Amino acid sequence: MAAVEQTIVETQPAPVPKITARSVDMYYGEKQALFDVDLDVAERHVTALIGPSGCGKSTFLRCINRMNDVIDGARVEGTIMLDGENIYDKALDVVQLRARVGMVFQKPNPFPKSIYDNIAYGPRIHGLTDTKDELDHIVATSLEKAGLWNEVRDRLQEPGTGLSGGQQQRLCIARAIAVSPEVILMDEPCSALDPIATAKIEELIDELKENYTIVIVTHSMQQAARVSQFTAFFHLGKLVEYGATENIFTNPTDERTQGYITGRFG
Amino acid sequence: MSTFVLTAALLMIAYFAFRHGRSRALAQAGGKSHALHSLPYYYGYYVALWCGVPALLLVVAWTALQGDIVRALVVSDLPENLRTLPAQELTLLLNNIVNIAEGAALMPADNTDIQAAVAHYQNLQDIAFGALIVLAVTVAVAGILFARGRISPALRARNSVEQAAKWILIASSTVAIFTTVGIVFSLLFEAMRFFRAVPVTDFLFGLEWSPQTAIREDQVGASGAFGAVPLFAGTMLISFIAMVVAAPLGLMAAIYLAEYAKPKLRSIAKPALEILAGIPTVVYGFFAALTVAPMLRNSGDLFGLSISSESALAAGVVMGIMIIPFVSSISDDVITAVPQSLREGSYGMGATQSETIKNVIFPAALPGIVGGLLLAVSRAIGETMIVVMAAGLSANLTANPFQAVTTVTVQIVTLLVGDQEFDSPKTLAAFALGLVLFVITLILNVVALTVVNRYREKYD
Ligand SMILES: Nc1ncnc2c1ncn2[C@@H]1O[C@H](COP(=O)(O)OP(=O)(O)O)[C@@H](O)[C@H]1O
Ligand SMILES: [Mg+2]
Repeated sequence: MAAVEQTIVETQPAPVPKITARSVDMYYGEKQALFDVDLDVAERHVTALIGPSGCGKSTFLRCINRMNDVIDGARVEGTIMLDGENIYDKALDVVQLRARVGMVFQKPNPFPKSIYDNIAYGPRIHGLTDTKDELDHIVATSLEKAGLWNEVRDRLQEPGTGLSGGQQQRLCIARAIAVSPEVILMDEPCSALDPIATAKIEELIDELKENYTIVIVTHSMQQAARVSQFTAFFHLGKLVEYGATENIFTNPTDERTQGYITGRFG
Repeated sequence: MSTFVLTAALLMIAYFAFRHGRSRALAQAGGKSHALHSLPYYYGYYVALWCGVPALLLVVAWTALQGDIVRALVVSDLPENLRTLPAQELTLLLNNIVNIAEGAALMPADNTDIQAAVAHYQNLQDIAFGALIVLAVTVAVAGILFARGRISPALRARNSVEQAAKWILIASSTVAIFTTVGIVFSLLFEAMRFFRAVPVTDFLFGLEWSPQTAIREDQVGASGAFGAVPLFAGTMLISFIAMVVAAPLGLMAAIYLAEYAKPKLRSIAKPALEILAGIPTVVYGFFAALTVAPMLRNSGDLFGLSISSESALAAGVVMGIMIIPFVSSISDDVITAVPQSLREGSYGMGATQSETIKNVIFPAALPGIVGGLLLAVSRAIGETMIVVMAAGLSANLTANPFQAVTTVTVQIVTLLVGDQEFDSPKTLAAFALGLVLFVITLILNVVALTVVNRYREKYD
């Protein structure tokens, strides 16, 4: 059974596309940061975005939950479909989009609130619960899914900022999970963490892909190889190569990809 | 004036010393500045400092001591009958002599003793100043000669100049600190004299303020009451009204500027708001007295309220407007200092801008905002001019904002305005009030700054 799945993954990128980006151009004022990006993100898989600094990985990631909307002068052209619905459609409600597409940032950014209130933040905003019990339940399950429950169950009322870096990042993942998103975007989630905390997060990502579609930006090729099933290589704002992670790392077709992977630039 | 000219001359000499030091160092290194230990201009500063600093210190010390020494000399040469006058009269006589010598009083035509003393005084002054010039220039030149003798390519001029700069800075801050300490002590001593006449408890807890003291024993209605409670109540009332105006307006302005305004608008609106802080308070005062107070009285009439033309409300409202920039600019700073990552985290969860502000940014910035508000309160408490002009002088103990009240600072002013003896309880009361006011604002400022700093530590 597992063997069959393996072959499908290798030969056929994006079994079921959750997100479909077509001809995406992105501008910061006059400066164009993305050029004509076409990319399908597979449902319930981990897709890694790699490439040298400043190539537009974060920019593309932030297009998926319209995080670039808050930047003055930022403009996106082309379409990004989430389950066949254009997220840049005028009628679309950004608030709902972001409930469906959660985000975890490079630096852990827990709110200056208690651990409990950090997790309850999203459910409260979106009015997901009616009773305290329901909210308690969401908080507990989110922390469990993020593998943090056992570490913090006795101190839910303590400030989230008092946790260690790795715990804070898992708290942020739990916070994102609490609103039951379909997609989780992660922008270099381990770059501020030590190797042990990193290993824990990678393990967590592996579990989460059972239920969530994950897009992760990483500057570590080992990490991309470890956690992702698909890898997209960006260079100077263009999507150079995209395919099953194994293929990209063992048998890249583009010489720029080859150069980056073998460490000739980056 | 002549001391000023002398100082200017010394600075000129120091400038030439600078040029001389620089070129001499260069010449010794054969024109190659890399052969020197320090950059050439450090040798210039080195010589200039040796030339200027001792000479200027001499001028300062000399000017400080000259007056007393010359006076003592004049006294010792007075004729026997004048020299043995009682101390107070002798001081008067001396003051008179100095005034005549400086042309501020007329020379008496008949008193030859005084004429002689004046001439003697002038003579001594001239000698002293002449001596100062000679000495100062000698010291300056000696400094140059000493320093130039030490110049060599190996001299670590930069390190010496660095040391000198450090000491000059230390000296400057010491002056500021000692001034503060001096002011505090003079407040303390005068207040203690007051408390010898009026018990501390009467002052702190008395409910009546009518600072009159009898000039004659049997005078009517001149018992004098120094209960400061009505003053502090008035201060509190007006500060409270001011904060009711300033806190919400300032905060909302800050939130708008920090979170909503486009950079271009912000670059105009922020300085415009801060101009409010630059308006002299006396201007606010007549704005309060001539515009706001009549307006309040008229609108009070419409609603059947009687608002006196001098009211706590008028003063409080205008004072509130005055401190808006304090609240808004500190709040703006702390709100902008909330890391962008927290905003993104909240937006990323699907929160709207106002939800983000309410749930994340405001709580994160709260300690800083509270600190800013406390600073604004201490500013309001110390404010005088607006209250003098708009709230009146009557020490009513009331919580009614439509009545005239008075504040601590206003009473200090009225106590000290006009001819006063400087040892009656009436004048000394001003120092006691000042002391209490100082303690209150000091506590407020310390608390405010601690709160603000604790907040800063968290994010930087
Ligand atoms: N807010 C912004 N305003 C203007 N230019 C930006 C902004 N953010 C990123 N850029 C530019 O867009 C390009 C892509 O940046 P980014 O997506 O952050 O790269 P990375 O692949 O390292 O995540 C870079 O050249 C960067 O300078
Ligand atoms: Mg990035």
